[in-house]
Amino acid sequence: MSLLEVVSLSKEFGGLKAVQDVGFAVEAGVVHSVIGPNGAGKTTLFNLITGVYTPTQGEIRLDGVDVAGRRPDQLAALGVARTFQNLQICMNMDACENVMVGAHLRLDRNVIRAALRWPGLVRRDRELREEAEALMAFVGLGDHVHARADGLSYGILKRLEIARALAARPRILFLDEPAAGLNPRETIEVGELVRRIAADGVTVVLVEHDMKMVMSLSDRILVMDYGRKLVEGTPDEVRRHPDVVAAYLGKHA
Amino acid sequence: MTNRITSLVGLAIVTAVVAIIPFVAPNSFYLDLAIRTGINAVVVLGLNLLIGFAGQISLGHAGFIGLGAFASAVLPTHFGWHPLAAMAAGSLAAGALAAVVARPIFRLRGHYLAMATLGLGIIVNIVLRNEAQWTGGPDGMPVPAMTLFGIDVVSDRQWYWIVGALLLVSIWASLNLIDSPFGRAMRALHGSEVAARVVGVDVTRYKVAVFVMSAMFAGLMGSVTAHYVGFVSPALADFGHSVELLTMVVVGGMASVFGSVVGAVLLTALPQLLATLEGWETVAYGAVLVLCMIFLPKGLVPTLAARFERRRR
Repeated sequence: MSLLEVVSLSKEFGGLKAVQDVGFAVEAGVVHSVIGPNGAGKTTLFNLITGVYTPTQGEIRLDGVDVAGRRPDQLAALGVARTFQNLQICMNMDACENVMVGAHLRLDRNVIRAALRWPGLVRRDRELREEAEALMAFVGLGDHVHARADGLSYGILKRLEIARALAARPRILFLDEPAAGLNPRETIEVGELVRRIAADGVTVVLVEHDMKMVMSLSDRILVMDYGRKLVEGTPDEVRRHPDVVAAYLGKHA
Repeated sequence: MTNRITSLVGLAIVTAVVAIIPFVAPNSFYLDLAIRTGINAVVVLGLNLLIGFAGQISLGHAGFIGLGAFASAVLPTHFGWHPLAAMAAGSLAAGALAAVVARPIFRLRGHYLAMATLGLGIIVNIVLRNEAQWTGGPDGMPVPAMTLFGIDVVSDRQWYWIVGALLLVSIWASLNLIDSPFGRAMRALHGSEVAARVVGVDVTRYKVAVFVMSAMFAGLMGSVTAHYVGFVSPALADFGHSVELLTMVVVGGMASVFGSVVGAVLLTALPQLLATLEGWETVAYGAVLVLCMIFLPKGLVPTLAARFERRRR
C-alpha cells in the first residue's frame, strides 16, 4: 500500500477548475516531485492534501484511509507536515520558538500546568529547545538560534520553515518551492538538505521550479498542466516525454 | 533564557513596589488608587493575552466584569450564597458566557469580531440595567461584605494585600503561560494562522480557550471590585469601561506582560493627576494618549525595551 494515494482529486473555485481529476501515489521513503508551469495547480494540490482547502471531489488516502476534508491540525497528527511557497513565519516569535511550535503535538499542552510552570512541562520544554537548536543546525541555521524571526533574511526564513516542519517529526513532508527566490549557492544547499531529509527516512513531496534540483533529487515526478495530470514517471521518462517537452519548454524545444 | 531572567527581574521590581506602597502612601486616597490600579492591571493582563498575544479583539470585556460584580452582589443578597462561592460563580459565569458565544464569535475576524464582542458587552449592560428587581437597575445595589475564615474583609489595607497577591500571581502565571507549549501555540496563531494549523494547532479551540480565560480574569476582578467598593452599578459594564481597558493594553504595550501593568498604572493614575486641571482633564488625557500613539506606537514597554536593547549593542 502506498503511503499517500490521491484518487481523482478536483477543486473548483467558482467556475475555475484549479485541480481536475488528479491521481497519483507516493511510496514511503521516496522523493516525489510535482512540476508544471505557473498556474498548473501545484500549490492548490498541496493545499488540498494538507487540508488547507477542502476538495470538491476525490479521495486522499493516507495509509489507505480517506482523509479528504480533514482539518490541517488533524492531518498534522497523522504525520503530515509542510512548508509554504510564500513564507508563513510567526514574526512575533523568535527563530527558535518558530521551530519549537512545530513540535506542538508532541508536547504537554495543558494550560493550567503551563501557568503553574509544572516541572515536567518545563523540563520537556528545555529538551525541546535543545532539539530545536539541533534542527536549526541541521538545516544550516546554527548561527541564528537566538535571532528574532523578523530580523532574518528570506533565504534563512525558507530554511527555518523546513526546520519547523521537521520538528513535527513528520512521515510525509510537503515542500512548496523551497528554492524559490534563493541564489544559486543557497539553491544547491537546499537541494543537499532535501537529500539529507529523505535519507533520514522522511517521504518528501516537492514542488519546485529548479529543474536541475528536481531531476537530480526525485525518484518520481508528477507533471501538471492546467490543473490536470500530464505525465507521471521517473525523471528519465518525464524528461523524454513529448507532452512534457511541449508544455514545459514550449513547442519548439 | 535571558528572557526568563528579564521577566524575573521585572516580577521582583513589581513585588517590591507592591510591598512598599502601603508604607509610603501618605493617605487612604493613594491606597485606594493603588487597589483600583491593581484590579485594572489583572484585567488588562488577561485582555492582553487575548489581544496582544493571541491577536483577537474584545470590545466587551466590561460585560464580564459586570457579570462578576453582580454575581457577588445578587447571589449573597437574594439567595444567601457565601460571598466566596458567589465570587467563584461570577468568574465561572463570565467564563461560561464567553465559552457559549466564542464559537460563533471566532468565525468572525477583524471588524466583525470587534462588533460582535461590542454587542455582547452591551447586552450584558442592558440586562443589568433592566432586571431591576434583582440588580437594582441603573441605581445599582450594595454588596455584602466578603468573609474569609469568619473574618469580614472590609478594610482598604486587607483588600490591598489581596489585590496585590492576585496581581503578582497573575503576572507570574502569564509569564509562565506565554513561554509554554500552550502559549507558543497561542502566539503562533497570531503570527500565522495557517502555519499554526499545519503544525497541529486547533486554532478555534485555542482562541476559545484564551477568550474564556481572559473573561474569567475579568469576572473575578469584577467580584473583587464589588466587594472592595461595597456597591455595584451597571456602569461597571459600560462600553466606555471596555474601551478604557483596551486603551491600557495598547498604551502599555500589546503582547507585553509588564506593558499591561504599566498601562494600567498610567491610565488609572493619570485622570487623578490631571484632576487639578479643572475642566481640561479630558483634553489632557486625550493629548497624552495621542502622543503615546505617535511616539510609542508599539506601546510604552515594548518601545522602551527595544530602545534600551539597541543602545546596549
